[in-house]
Amino acid sequence: MKINQGFRLAISALALAAAMPALAQESSDPIKLTLHDWTGQLITTQLMGSVLQKAGYNVEYVQADYLAQFAGLESGDLHLAMEIWETTGREAMDAATGTGKVVNLGPTGMQAKEEWWYPSYMVEQCPGLPNWEALKEPACAEAFSTAETAPKGRYLGGPVTWGGFDEERIAALDLPFEVIHAGTDAALFAELESAVQRKAPVILWVYAPHWAPAKFEGDWVAFPEYTADCYNDASWGLNPNAAYDCGKPFGDIWKVGWAGMAEKWPKAEAAVKAFTIDNAEMGAMITEVDLNGASVDAVVADWMTKNEARWSGWIN
Amino acid sequence: MRFAAIWLAVLGLFWGFSALAKPLLPWAFDWPKAMVLPAARWISAFTKWLLNEASFGLFTFQELTRGVSAVIEVPYRAATGVLSEGAFGLPPLSWLAVVVLVALLGHRAGGLRLALLSGLCFLFIAVFGQWTSAMVTLASILIAVPIGVAGGMSLGLAAYRWPGFARAITPVLDLMQTIPVFAYLVPVLILFGFGPVAAIIATVIYAMPPMTRITQLALQRVPGELRDLGNMVGCSRRQMTWRVMVPSAKAGLMVGVNQVIMLSLNMVIIASMIGAGGLGFDVLAALRRLDFGAGLEAGFAIVALAIALDRISQALAYERVVRHGYLWGALGTLGIAGLLAVLMPGVQSYPESWQLSTGTFWGQVVAWININYFDTLEAVKNALLINVLIPVKRFLIALPWAGVALFLGFVGWRLRDWRLGALVAGLTVLIAATGLWDKAMTTVYLCGISVVIAMLIGLPIGVMAAERASLWRWVRLAIDTLQTLPSFVYLMPAVMLFRVGDFTAMIAVVAYAVAPAIRYTALGLQGVDARLIEAGRAMGCTNWQILTRIKLRLALPEIMLGLNQTIMFALSMLVITALVGTRDLGQEVYIALTKADSGRGLVGGLAVAFIAIIADRLIGAAAARARARLGIAGDSHGG
Repeated sequence: MKINQGFRLAISALALAAAMPALAQESSDPIKLTLHDWTGQLITTQLMGSVLQKAGYNVEYVQADYLAQFAGLESGDLHLAMEIWETTGREAMDAATGTGKVVNLGPTGMQAKEEWWYPSYMVEQCPGLPNWEALKEPACAEAFSTAETAPKGRYLGGPVTWGGFDEERIAALDLPFEVIHAGTDAALFAELESAVQRKAPVILWVYAPHWAPAKFEGDWVAFPEYTADCYNDASWGLNPNAAYDCGKPFGDIWKVGWAGMAEKWPKAEAAVKAFTIDNAEMGAMITEVDLNGASVDAVVADWMTKNEARWSGWIN
Repeated sequence: MRFAAIWLAVLGLFWGFSALAKPLLPWAFDWPKAMVLPAARWISAFTKWLLNEASFGLFTFQELTRGVSAVIEVPYRAATGVLSEGAFGLPPLSWLAVVVLVALLGHRAGGLRLALLSGLCFLFIAVFGQWTSAMVTLASILIAVPIGVAGGMSLGLAAYRWPGFARAITPVLDLMQTIPVFAYLVPVLILFGFGPVAAIIATVIYAMPPMTRITQLALQRVPGELRDLGNMVGCSRRQMTWRVMVPSAKAGLMVGVNQVIMLSLNMVIIASMIGAGGLGFDVLAALRRLDFGAGLEAGFAIVALAIALDRISQALAYERVVRHGYLWGALGTLGIAGLLAVLMPGVQSYPESWQLSTGTFWGQVVAWININYFDTLEAVKNALLINVLIPVKRFLIALPWAGVALFLGFVGWRLRDWRLGALVAGLTVLIAATGLWDKAMTTVYLCGISVVIAMLIGLPIGVMAAERASLWRWVRLAIDTLQTLPSFVYLMPAVMLFRVGDFTAMIAVVAYAVAPAIRYTALGLQGVDARLIEAGRAMGCTNWQILTRIKLRLALPEIMLGLNQTIMFALSMLVITALVGTRDLGQEVYIALTKADSGRGLVGGLAVAFIAIIADRLIGAAAARARARLGIAGDSHGG
């Protein structure tokens, strides 16, 4: 991460000059925002950080692991995490908010989407796609198989820690597939990239906002739409005897902060709560960085100049 | 003959038991669920108490640890101020100043060659645009290494002086070195606060044990005459330690320093996950966007740091006649570089237009291999999987824990005494009692196969390199690289070519664990007494006979130590293998981390440590027997 020093200095100087009054009685200790290792999160966090700097706050970025950071948020060593995904971080977030030391600061406005995904060239071998019932065809499943799983298809799932109920989904919908878990996000997309290079069969867990669905042509499998009942009530849906006979849930991406923020930096907390951005905006920025090689700083600065009216509303 | 017969009989019994006893004694195969020790719950409760309530009256345990981190924070802030962030309105040291200073230090320590090598290493970092991150990493290494060396050495000194302390500390060192870092990450974060200091502490915990062991060993090796001499001239205890013992053990101690540096740099990736930032973060971020070139460049910047630091610290250990004037040289450099930096911005921060980058080159290389050779690679992989890996895995998982415990106990008893046997068997039962038997066996399978392959590769290379000084230099460079290059850098390309799974994990483990296999084999062979080789030659031995009958036999203790270290290295890679989807103890620890369940993580970590201790003790005992049979005196060390 190369943060452009000059740019940051300039911003802080401007911010100091313009927005001193906002700080009047609030602490000038740095507000610590966590950075993780995916581009979308870096952008979201630096957007928020830049906005807070404009409001006159002292901001510090700390690199932290997505899940390990909750220990820091609870103790007040860290103050703000900008992207906790409903789909992957819910458990850890609930555990943390349960202690009372961490609070949920509301949705970011982005919707996490995750589902089975396949590259477009697979439609030739499985003409029924994206309808999920196409996967039930033995020929289709076999097209996705490897030596270890044949004749069943090989579905590459996320890391076990992401949960996702894919084994249950396969059983409930009676799909001739086997779940192989990737250990990390990076491994997951390494396999996707490898397969697309060779135009080889692959079906896997993809999520958005992410660069992969922007870079590769493909589509989400259309399962019966998710409802809470589908996961909780076996009798719901196609299979009367099993839950999980539907697709994966969409979910919010949450902002989460240290509970002490409200007292120490009340206006900053209000600004964080006000912050929203949508999938399309974020998708465009991620593409700009990951595929077109722009720097995160440049993309963030660009957004800041173009959306001045929006963010000044958040800090007043 | 009788000896062989006993072993055959026991093996036969073991096999018979494993194959036939399942219907009769199901509990010997699957530990009864009701009897699984709730160890995870106990440990969770204990850590909760330690973190929230433990108190010394005046202050709580957490306040104490927070105090420690505040103390470490001071030099760390100073180091980052000087190297990467600047302080008091002054900019940080410019890249030019640092390169020249490092070269000067290299010259002071080892002459022109070292000056060039270390200067070039740092220049490499600047040229590839890794400067800012590398200085952040360097700052935390500069704090972690002295703490690790000083702490390790004082523990080693204490253990040398008080044998009781030595006995108490050995198992603790084993645990520190073998419990995967992920297992204690959450408690460390809570105790020491989130950020670079916690990362430094985790690094020290991991990197310190070899220093302690090597200190102990090096002190024991100081010749008795020297000690007698010290007593005769009336040294006080303090003089004895610092004027006699430590200086004469210097060569050994420097091996420890080398290991602390290497292991600290090894932690860079994990440290970056808890707030250390720097190069480790760049590697992770690059690989998440599958930018192999960027990952490789950041990875090699870590290697360059490691090599420069290691070679300088090694050279400093040897006394040289040193001319004066280095201090003035350093001050002059600072002054001139500072002045230049004000005049020319390109001196302060390395200009972007001069930077090199491999860009998309490495990505294209991987893509080319992928497109042209994937099918061939897949065929090779499948053949290995179906014929070797899967059968071994099935075999190991089917073994009854009770049978394994008895068998290992017997091995321990035969190799040393009943105490070793009881220890080994007891630890095996404990692993089963945690209910993690299957995952433990998967771990044994993955690490076992990897160790065999690493030894098969490492032994011949070690043998070849031992006698050819020029080859040895290159081999050493290669194994230092393998030891410090973050495995993520080659793991993701491996995933592209071999898919996720055990095979890819095996590649990563072998690549990392082959280093000690080569290193200790070569060191062992180089240490063989030249007179014995001469004697062999005089008796008309062929080269092959000299190698197999004399050298390899005499080097056996070192080779056994190499095997021991290969196993330790393989086990320490479990954290990484979990990231490519294996279902072993590494995964257990990783799941626990993601659920912030410190008890579950530590139980998984302890199971790994038990496997390591069993292997270590049995190999140690076997090596001792081999030494006794060959009549070689002296002591070997674990490190």
